[in-house]
Parts: sequence; structure tokens; C-alpha cells
Amino acid sequence: MPHVILKVENLYKSYGKLAVLKGISFQVNQGETKVIIGPSGTGKSTLLNCINQLTPPDKGRIWLEEIEVTNPATDLNLIRSSIGMVFQHFNLFTHLTVLDNVRLGLVVVKKIPKDKATEISLEKLNQVGLADKINAYPAELSGGQQQRVSIARALAMNPKLILFDEPTSALDPELIGEVLNVMIKLAERGMTMVVVSHEMGFARAVANEIIFMENGVIVEEGKPDIMFHHAQNPRTREFLHKITELYGGKAE
Amino acid sequence: MEQLYLIWQGMPSLLSGTLVTIELTIYFLALGFLLGILLALGRVYGPLYLQLLVIIPFERLFRAIPALVLLFLFYFGSSFFHINISAFMAAILAMGLRSAAYQSEIFRGAIQTIGEDQMKAARSLGMNTLQSIRYVILPQALRLSIPSWANEYAVVLKDTSLAYAVGVTELLRQGRYIVARTFGNALLVYTVCALIYFILVFIGNQLLRFLEEKYKIPGYEIKTRREQSVLERI
Repeated sequence: MPHVILKVENLYKSYGKLAVLKGISFQVNQGETKVIIGPSGTGKSTLLNCINQLTPPDKGRIWLEEIEVTNPATDLNLIRSSIGMVFQHFNLFTHLTVLDNVRLGLVVVKKIPKDKATEISLEKLNQVGLADKINAYPAELSGGQQQRVSIARALAMNPKLILFDEPTSALDPELIGEVLNVMIKLAERGMTMVVVSHEMGFARAVANEIIFMENGVIVEEGKPDIMFHHAQNPRTREFLHKITELYGGKAE
Repeated sequence: MEQLYLIWQGMPSLLSGTLVTIELTIYFLALGFLLGILLALGRVYGPLYLQLLVIIPFERLFRAIPALVLLFLFYFGSSFFHINISAFMAAILAMGLRSAAYQSEIFRGAIQTIGEDQMKAARSLGMNTLQSIRYVILPQALRLSIPSWANEYAVVLKDTSLAYAVGVTELLRQGRYIVARTFGNALLVYTVCALIYFILVFIGNQLLRFLEEKYKIPGYEIKTRREQSVLERI
């Protein structure tokens, strides 16, 4: 039996009359990478935000391992501290150095002594290749470097799962590679990840499964090979064809 | 010569008035700062009923009533309720609350400039709302507030002179006493008062500029036109 890290069951979310999520169910096992694709406005980001309850869903249940996230009695801050999140626009704390960005959660949330927190932060920054930038401020870094800091920030909390919300779509083309390389290494090390991204090269290289979402539902999900070559649904085939043309399918 | 001697003689009382003026300024600004931050946080993150029933009416009221009227209301009005407060205390309440109404707008603007993303990142790490505000939102908002706050400092400092009207012996009242004692040196004495106010505002603004410079976030500052043109010439 694979160890289930995340289980999402029949998730619904509406903004006023606009139904964004209409019954989403999926699960992620330990060490798996799932890549979610789909047209914009389909609810991919909303889904990620629902998972750590930054946006509370209207209906449906979510489990992180055996803890039910959607149970009102659950300590959400504790849950969030064990789910990493990487944002499209990095969302680094602009007033803090790179080191402090990574260290803040450890000190404030996990109450880890400062020297120990520094040690952990340096290790993670080293892992993303930014050990030489620890005293820089976010605005002094390139987009790719900023995103790698934000990955280190997520990693430092020792999460059970990391959610990536279009981590490369705000980057210049030549900066995408450095971020994807870090993510590929993470996947290879067995990090459990849910990635909203249209980087098909990345999906092919590391995804255990691709989930195609449209209009608030999961249209189809399957292994990259099957999705790329033998997708059942014509909409899946059409969409994959389009984005492969746009984003390329290299890095195989 | 005689006039110089007069100012020399009056200096101790002018200086003690200056101390009262500084004291008033500190109290006004401190009350305004603490309450202003709370009001601003309430405006941005607080429940709607609190905003509609308490915060917004408070801000509207205290910004719409002239300072002198507020002073009279607090000082003379308090006896109506059989509360006995000193002129000094009445001034602190009236002007401190008034400054809170203005400062809360400064801080609210700064907090809203920071945007949702910073809060979201903090919450996603598992920080609660208070921790997020303490470690992420306020440090940025306070930096952004310094230039407007320097304005508020200047206004509040000068408005301490209004406390004259309820009998607080601050700088202007000390000046007035000297004029009354010595008959007809109004221009000279009031000029010295004006100079002291000017120096106080000037020093304070320099200090705030220093703070702004010290705490500016590298790579994030917006260059003024002069700085930019200097950079371009290099």
C-alpha cells in the first residue's frame, strides 16, 4: 500500500454565483509529483489555495496524511506549517534578507533557536544554489533566484508536501530552467509535490501523473506517457497539443 | 542691546515652555501612533461591524472637527460630566485622539500598498494573523509611512500651540507672558518663538529622514528625480 500524503474528496468552491471548483477528488502518495494543467480560470490556483485553506472550500474534505484539514477542530496553522507553498510571484518578504526570509518561519512558527534555524536555512539555500546570496534582499535578485529562495523557504519548514502555483510563469524564459532544475532535483529526492504548471518538459521528466482540469472539474488524469499519446478525452488531446506547441516538450 | 538682554532674561521661561511643547508633542504623537496603528489594522483586517460602528465614525469625527473646538470640548466639556481633568490632560486626549485619526489613515494606506501576497506567504508558513502582522506587514508598512508621518509630526508639533487656549503653559504662552511683562516687544519675542518651533520641526524631520534612509530596503527604493539624474550622469 502506498502511503497517502494528500487526499482531496469532492471539493466545491464558488465565488458568488461563479462556481470555480465543482467536485474535485484526487490523492497524492508519498514521493509523488502531480502536475495540474488546464486553461486559465479553471480553478487550478483556487484548488491549491483550498488545500492549505488559505481559501476555505465550500464543500468537500481534505486530508493531510491521517489529519482531516477540513475538520473545523484542526489547527490550520500547524497544517500550513507542514505544507509548503511556492507562488507565481514568489511573494518573498521584501524587507528581509534572503537568509531571514528562509529563517522566519522556523523561528516564529516552529520556535527553533536562531542558530539552529540559521543552520537549517543555510543548508536549504545551499540546496537551491544560493548560498552566496544570503545577505541580499529580494529586490536585488533575479526572478529565478527569488523563486529559488521561495523554494528554500518552503523546504526549510520540512514540509510533507509542497504546492507550486505556476512557479515559472512569471519568469523570463532564460530563468525558467534554473527553477525547474531545482524542482526536478526535489522530485528525484522524493519530495511530494503538486505543481500547477504548463512546463510540459518538466511534466514529462518527473510527473507521476498529469491532471487535466477544465471548468472546475478534472477531465482526465493519467501518467504523462498515456496523457501525451493516448489521452481518452478529445479536449485533453487538443489542450496538450496546444501547450506542447507553446511551451515545448523538451527536457526529456 | 536692551532687547537682546530681554531675550536673554526670558530664555529660561522660553526653554521651559519649549520643554512643555516637546512633552505635548511626544504625548500627542505617541497616543496617535499606538491608537492609529490599531485603528488602521482594524480597518484592514477587522470585522466589518467594528469598522462601520467604531473605526470609521471615529476617524470621520476627529478629522472633521477643528482642533481648537476639540480642545474646548474636552477641557470645558469634561466639567459638564463632573470629570475634573487638567488642561494638560485635556490637550493630550483631544490632540492625541485627533492625531490617531490622521495617523490611522497614513498606516492604512501603507498597509494596503503592501498587498495581499505578503500576508498570504506569511499565512502559508503557518503564522497566525498576529504573527504575520508583527513580522511581515508592520515592518514594511512602518517604513512606507515615514514620509507622511514626518508631515504629521510637523503638524502636531505646531498644533501644540493651540493648547495655549486652554491655559497650558507651553512655548507660546511663555512668550506671551514675556510680551505682557515687558510691554511691546511682541515682534521680537514671537520671532524667537517661531524660530524655536522651526528648529524643532527641522530637527525632527532630519531625524525621520535619517530613519528612512537607515531602514530603506535595498533594491526596493524609488529614486527621486535628483538622485536619478545624478546616477545617469555617472
